[in-house]
Amino acid sequence: MKYIDEYRNGRLTHDIARQIASTADPARSYHFMEFCGGHTHVISRYGLEDLLPDNVRMVHGPGCPVCVLPIGRIGAAIALAMRPEITLCTYGDLMRVRDRNGWSLLKAKAAGADIRMVYSTLDALRIAEAEPQREVVFFAIGFETTTPPTALALKTAIARKLGNFSIFCNHVVTPAAIHSILESPDVREFGTIKIDGFIGPAHVSAVIGTKPYEFFAEKFRKPVVVAGFEPLDVIQAVLMLLRQINDGRHVVENQYIRAVTRLGNVKAQAEVANFFEPRESFEWRGLGELRLSGLRLRPQYAAYDAEKRFSMVTFRAEDNPACECGSILRGVKKPADCKLFGRVCTPDTPIGSCMVSSEGACAAHWTYGRFRTKARQSDAGRAVA
Amino acid sequence: MNMMMEAHSRNLDVANGRVDLSHGAGGRAMGELIEGIFHKAFDNIWLRAGNDQSAFTVPGGRMVMSTDGYVVSPLFFPGGNIGSLAVHGTINDIAMAAARPLYLSASFIIEEGFPLADLERIAESMGSASRGAGVPIITGDTKVVERGKADGVFISTSGVGVVPDGLDLRADAARPGDAVILSGSIGDHGIAVMSKRENLEFDAAVVSDSAALNGLVAAMVEAGGRQIRLMRDPTRGGIAATLNEIASQSKVGFHIDEEAIPVKPEVTAACELLGLDPLNVANEGKLVAVAAPEGAKAILAAMRAHPLGREAAVVGHVVADDDCFVQMSTSFGGGRIVDWLSGEQLPRIC
Repeated sequence: MKYIDEYRNGRLTHDIARQIASTADPARSYHFMEFCGGHTHVISRYGLEDLLPDNVRMVHGPGCPVCVLPIGRIGAAIALAMRPEITLCTYGDLMRVRDRNGWSLLKAKAAGADIRMVYSTLDALRIAEAEPQREVVFFAIGFETTTPPTALALKTAIARKLGNFSIFCNHVVTPAAIHSILESPDVREFGTIKIDGFIGPAHVSAVIGTKPYEFFAEKFRKPVVVAGFEPLDVIQAVLMLLRQINDGRHVVENQYIRAVTRLGNVKAQAEVANFFEPRESFEWRGLGELRLSGLRLRPQYAAYDAEKRFSMVTFRAEDNPACECGSILRGVKKPADCKLFGRVCTPDTPIGSCMVSSEGACAAHWTYGRFRTKARQSDAGRAVA
Repeated sequence: MNMMMEAHSRNLDVANGRVDLSHGAGGRAMGELIEGIFHKAFDNIWLRAGNDQSAFTVPGGRMVMSTDGYVVSPLFFPGGNIGSLAVHGTINDIAMAAARPLYLSASFIIEEGFPLADLERIAESMGSASRGAGVPIITGDTKVVERGKADGVFISTSGVGVVPDGLDLRADAARPGDAVILSGSIGDHGIAVMSKRENLEFDAAVVSDSAALNGLVAAMVEAGGRQIRLMRDPTRGGIAATLNEIASQSKVGFHIDEEAIPVKPEVTAACELLGLDPLNVANEGKLVAVAAPEGAKAILAAMRAHPLGREAAVVGHVVADDDCFVQMSTSFGGGRIVDWLSGEQLPRIC
């Protein structure tokens, strides 16, 4: 398959794995955070951890928009969808996320709410056009990757004078989250977790470019390699990070040159800026309130802003206190360190944000890698015996 | 032909007509519908007898019986429709016991307003599928419900079959060391259906693999029946669900090899587009067999000699594992679990 198989070449992967083994200094350890859930998924699905030496470890970051959406906003969306005049359109992977009462959009749909799973913002627009008697609300979430399509939907709705279309905006921005992790006491002061470098997001960077990461690389002296979502992309990014660290460099490098430039998609950025502005603060599930980390519609588009149009109320809702998602999202703990993991918290019964989406660190570990925990326990048992 | 049926006036306008509530009310219109569409399509001596049931000959041996409901959307997809699927599905459920399927029943719940021409297409494909597999549909039922209370047409099929003497396939029979044999490429049916689903239509050169597997199973039984521990057709949930189900029922684990599992490039491409794993995607004409290691070679050879098993391959083996994990060696030399799907398979957003 053109443009896919080339990046899944087993022989090349093994060549790079051998270079990683010879590049990694046995006298030191390396910890790299992949920010993006897409990378977490690929690492788990293809078993890439098995190809890395023991002193090169991956730390799973917070980059899954479904995971970091606070449950208060899920609750608000469910309350809105239960109103008889509303048709709520949403991406599929939001359907199972539960609010503080254990309700999900899936449950609300079964209870009679008009909730429709869509594959693009344009599907939601089509519904609004076809059913003018309904109030169609698009439940918009995602990082910089999915914000331009939402802007396009808004632009189209305005052009077509669609009076029954609005957006419940939950878009968030990547740099704020990276900043939060690097500024967290665990990383800066306590030294609980070591992050030596970042694998930067793929699709997000196609929109924002590599320039926004230059500040972090310089200020925190951490190398960043923006990488694609194929297994070869990820493993090559690990090699590039290793080389930077061994050389004492800390710059932004671009592995994903087939899609990402330094300045990104300037046209998409302009469209987003036309319609959205930063919120003072936005809650991230597991990370708390992060300054300038979320977007809302500009005031002149209030008629298309579901929060204003329907006077939506969002509550701050706390996660289960035993849930370790906050620590896992900052890379302080691993999924299996959480007492809830695999006991009461599984992909079928997710308690915390990291188990909610298939791209969450806990869901990826449970779905693809939990045999490793068992193998490590067996090894430890044999060592004790 | 049933005398009572012949007495009905023949005014069924199949080309332009639609199912209405009278077609399910038990009167003349219902008789016309059954005779004009179902009896015509399924024609056989049992239906011609015109009874509410059919008496049939039972050969010696252990009987198996299976039933299944079909609610597929869309009703028509590349490579088949709900009718052929309903016939193949029940035949395959019976065949997975290494049984010879003998007879089928078919029950229809039809939504008011459903075009008669579509119903005829569905019935004709059922008749063709049952004749092709040598398993007649010998009894049935028809109900019509008001518009909005069904999605076009729902079909339930049941079937009976007989297991050859000396064979007793059981879900808990897999043993460490056994070979896992897959009959062909995976994911074709699920992707063919999704490619025609509303809001998701895309061009894919994939047709459903929907097929009756009783002929393939008969060849396998002849080649090494007693060496077959168990068989499953990996329908909804794909081979991931099937292997996990067998693992938990037999209290064993599996080690499978990603590179040995055939997947068509078009299926891989569609799965990439939708963020799906082919291992979770449905099949309707494939089987997974667990066989004693000493019989695997002969069974595999018999499968490859059959048109529906040309791509058959040993894709892994059974291992002892208290956790019942299905583990897979990836094409990169790494390892991963192949897990059950959580809930419905939903495309990712990015």
